[in-house]
Amino acid sequence: MNELITINQATKKFGAIVAVDDFSVKIPKGVIVGLLGPNGSGKTTLIKILNGLLTCDSGEALINGMPPSPETKAIISYLPDRNYFDDWMTVNDILSLFETFYEDFNRAKAEAMLEDLRIDPKQRFKHLSKGTKEKVQLVMVMSRNAQLYLLDEPIGGVDPATRDYIINTIIKNYNPDATVLISTHLISDVENVLDEVIFIQEGRMVLQSPVDEIREKKGLSVDALFREVFKC
Amino acid sequence: MKWRIDSNSPIYRQLMEYIVIHIVSGRYVPGERLPSVRDLAEIAAVNPNTMQKALTELEKEGLVYSQRTTGRFVTQDKELIQKKKKNIALHEIDTFLTKMESMGFSRNEIRQLIREAQEETSSE
Repeated sequence: MNELITINQATKKFGAIVAVDDFSVKIPKGVIVGLLGPNGSGKTTLIKILNGLLTCDSGEALINGMPPSPETKAIISYLPDRNYFDDWMTVNDILSLFETFYEDFNRAKAEAMLEDLRIDPKQRFKHLSKGTKEKVQLVMVMSRNAQLYLLDEPIGGVDPATRDYIINTIIKNYNPDATVLISTHLISDVENVLDEVIFIQEGRMVLQSPVDEIREKKGLSVDALFREVFKC
Repeated sequence: MKWRIDSNSPIYRQLMEYIVIHIVSGRYVPGERLPSVRDLAEIAAVNPNTMQKALTELEKEGLVYSQRTTGRFVTQDKELIQKKKKNIALHEIDTFLTKMESMGFSRNEIRQLIREAQEETSSE
């Protein structure tokens, strides 16, 4: 099959804590997938495994059939759940950094997005608000022409208008050969742009289903189903 | 028109309804070329694959047709559009009647109420 991501029985422990537990999934090319789960359910760990920042204790993760490696990193555009730019850098410095590091980076596209979001590229990163920092990171990540976008909580820290802009950017950026994996717990905001969702709880796969299949079979939105499944 | 997706039914079906309303109301005229899937997905703020599915379903119903190289168009079959329009109206009326009857109104009372409501709007 035309799978972009294959995870086979991956397990990752941190001491006594099992962050990812015997997790298996297949994700094809050309889809936008929501990785949904409550806080601490293993979303970030899973994304870091795909990205090669963590290795599984057992099982395997493959991207385009390859284990995480410099080769797979070149085709993955990753938005981490925290800021990783140095404070003294200006936005322009970051643009140049991305241009140097990633062959697939489209600087003109990034500059246009920064302008849309009214972010001055001459600003130093440390002078930006928390939300604006997140916007800059997202602009960088979405301006690469990657095959796999791993977005860890891309809308958590920004205002609703910016959320709309980000969601619009994801739609605009849609490419039948690329896959977008979005981890979030803000489901109602992203539900309409997702092809399918994966529910994760305590490191285990609870459900993988197309969004419209959930709506068709259960008469529930993904958001409503999530609230039901993860009821406290 | 802002596309509002509600939470209960499949998204592609709601998209079909929106496009159909655009067609029967004449916002998209017979033979008109539709915006691309990508543009429509952006307008509706939905997944492009879901929009694609909605359009494929409308194609099956004959309301739109695609031409390999030039895109997708609204049907030229005005009769089909009128039929669809009437079906939507009947469906809306049915929903309305069911609701009114569940409140205990008879058909005669409902007719009377509609007349009164029309007189009120025309006298305004």
